[in-house]
Amino acid sequence: MNKLRPYLKYALLLLAAAFLAVGILRQEYLAVLRKAVMICLECIGIG
Amino acid sequence: MKKIWSFLTKRPVIQGFWALFTNSRLGNFFNGAIYTGDLKAVCVPGLNCYSCPGATGACPIGALQAQLGGWKRGFAFYTAGLLILFGALFGRLICGFLCPFGFIQDLLYRIKTKKKLRVPNKLDTRLRYIKYAVLAVFVIILPIFLVSEYGVSTPWFCKLICPAGTLEGGVPLVLGNPDLRASVGLLYAWKITLMLAILTLCVFLSRAFCKYLCPLGAIYSFFNRSSFYRMKLDEGRCTRCGACSRVCPMDIDVPHDLDGPECIRCQECKHICPHGAIRSDFAAGIKHKEASGHAAD
Repeated sequence: MNKLRPYLKYALLLLAAAFLAVGILRQEYLAVLRKAVMICLECIGIG
Repeated sequence: MKKIWSFLTKRPVIQGFWALFTNSRLGNFFNGAIYTGDLKAVCVPGLNCYSCPGATGACPIGALQAQLGGWKRGFAFYTAGLLILFGALFGRLICGFLCPFGFIQDLLYRIKTKKKLRVPNKLDTRLRYIKYAVLAVFVIILPIFLVSEYGVSTPWFCKLICPAGTLEGGVPLVLGNPDLRASVGLLYAWKITLMLAILTLCVFLSRAFCKYLCPLGAIYSFFNRSSFYRMKLDEGRCTRCGACSRVCPMDIDVPHDLDGPECIRCQECKHICPHGAIRSDFAAGIKHKEASGHAAD
């Protein structure tokens, strides 16, 4: 396991790139945008 | 030139600049509104409420809950990808430098008081696990499983706990927006009370929220031992004088736990070390290996 540790960061970077690609293809950023451009009543303690 | 560079690279200056950069829509503070442009589709690395009037990006914890609990169910690839990217590159360096709420806690702890608190080691170790429970229960499990009849869930961490949301969004929006002011109720009272309790605690106990409650810090802590950015101790130079542990805002035993899950990589230990035994950069692991190799030779 310790021998593999130096390579883990590269694997994580690849995983991040793959997740981001899938997320962008699924247009998940629009869900984030939709939530973030409206005042989140729960976040501010109203809703 | 050297003096200017030295000033610009001071941690509070970087923290202040980043807090201002990610909350640069300052005009919104006066009209009780928030920024609604496309940049809000991108998460900032630190805990920064997207309902803060000045916020230019989305909060990663809010975004994660919104995706996990939204009507379009499924894994949150986009937000998880961003979190893994930030974590793999920096680990908890983000907590030390790029988190506006961390910056607020640092400023609060600078307030002079007769006595500062230090939690006994055994209790402190146990309390630090709370943030993982907060992450699991309020950020992941409840948004996934506690769903309304319309198929959507509530961002439970934001709703019940997040003091950053109350401070950055709740207070300025309620002050600046009469419609919101009219809607204030019991939940708002709870959030204000909790926020005040946490902020007061932070005056006496360094980075109390980061240590015990922050789910974002919990996520980044998983990456600390495998990120590109690392901190390393040169065992040959360390004399165990303890200077590093005394200045650590996270109260960790630096020679033992440097770069562990609780280290926010604030560099305080590195700057205070009289022997230059602590290194940090994007290749600290490699350099340390070489240094140890020479020492062994």
